[in-house]
Amino acid sequence: MPKVKIPRKSTAIDMTAMCDVAFLLLNFFMLTSNFIQKAPVQVVTPSSISEIKIPETNIMTILVDKTGRIFFGIDGQDKRVELLQEVGKIYNITFTKSELKTFSVIGSFGVPIEKMKTFLALTPEQRDSKESAVGIPIDSTNNQFKNWVKVARTVNPKITIAVKGDQGCSIKVIKNVMGTLQDLRENRFNLITALEEVPGEK
Amino acid sequence: MAELNTEAKPQKGGKKKPKKLSTRVDLTPMVDLAFLLLTFFMLATSMIKPQTMEIALPTKDKDQTNTPVKASKSITIVMGKNNKLFYYFGTKENGVNPEVITSNYSANGIRQILLDRNKYVVSLVKKLKAQRANGKISEEQFKKLATEARGDKDSPVVLIKATDEASYKNLVDILDEMAICNIGRYAIVDVKKEDREYIKDKDI
Repeated sequence: MPKVKIPRKSTAIDMTAMCDVAFLLLNFFMLTSNFIQKAPVQVVTPSSISEIKIPETNIMTILVDKTGRIFFGIDGQDKRVELLQEVGKIYNITFTKSELKTFSVIGSFGVPIEKMKTFLALTPEQRDSKESAVGIPIDSTNNQFKNWVKVARTVNPKITIAVKGDQGCSIKVIKNVMGTLQDLRENRFNLITALEEVPGEK
Repeated sequence: MAELNTEAKPQKGGKKKPKKLSTRVDLTPMVDLAFLLLTFFMLATSMIKPQTMEIALPTKDKDQTNTPVKASKSITIVMGKNNKLFYYFGTKENGVNPEVITSNYSANGIRQILLDRNKYVVSLVKKLKAQRANGKISEEQFKKLATEARGDKDSPVVLIKATDEASYKNLVDILDEMAICNIGRYAIVDVKKEDREYIKDKDI
């Protein structure tokens, strides 16, 4: 019986189509998404039915973590430099050029102004460590948070305030933050929430 | 597509032609690279933009006039610990304390009471929504009319009082309920002494 000959086929596959698909997806992801900003603390926001999106620019984020520590950040590197200089003036602290530069690349921070110099001298890894995250003082006797907001508003008059609180954090801190904002006549602000479905609307 | 058939046919005449090289390119490394970048972008970026809830608080000016709330229209919600809340209608009348009822933040809790109290506005907004769906009114008109409906003079006024034991989630939840129940007139106010007394025995 003659053997049935199977013709040998090349194992090389045409990769063009695959390449096309990969680049298509890559383009899609590059255009539609935005980078995750590194936050000093993990914050789980409560969910709400509100569908208003947060603006991407001119934003001031106030992070409140589970234990009630407050973190602060604004967007725009040049704005951050100006912010630190101005706040430094209030507390009679002058920052060097390199310190200002380091500050301009930090997303949000949570250190009292007295410790800002040592904080900026740390390496990025040390800065991210838990020991560095102490929170900005907001007591009535030493309300540095108020000054940060006040200065940020003068640095960027178009700024929107966004409060991102952890769902487990005490309302006492939030009340304090809200009260401070009210003192500064900032009566309109945003609370960052996760999306939840509107009941009865499907 | 990416390959061209360039194999030269053997010629009879014996004229030696330089061997044509294949123009076929191996695209595998390119695919590798593309997928590598793709994974990077997928992991390092986020697609969801965070949602926000807009909130407007009254100014803290001393000269502001406190508008008294009609007792018959007022609902007071006191937020206590352990995800509990207490509500009562009206205020203390002739020395008789209002009946304080315990409830929670679920769909069957405070929402039912608010929806019931705000029936008129809720039905109005529902009608407007239907009209918008039919294309009878535009989005802007709907927004305007809905805001008007929510601010109706006869709609209930909700006073939100958060004790220090309540969590931030509770506050967002209750503000959410205001949006769900179409309550346009609400305010976050400080907890008063009598409120603490009302909930003293129940807030465990």
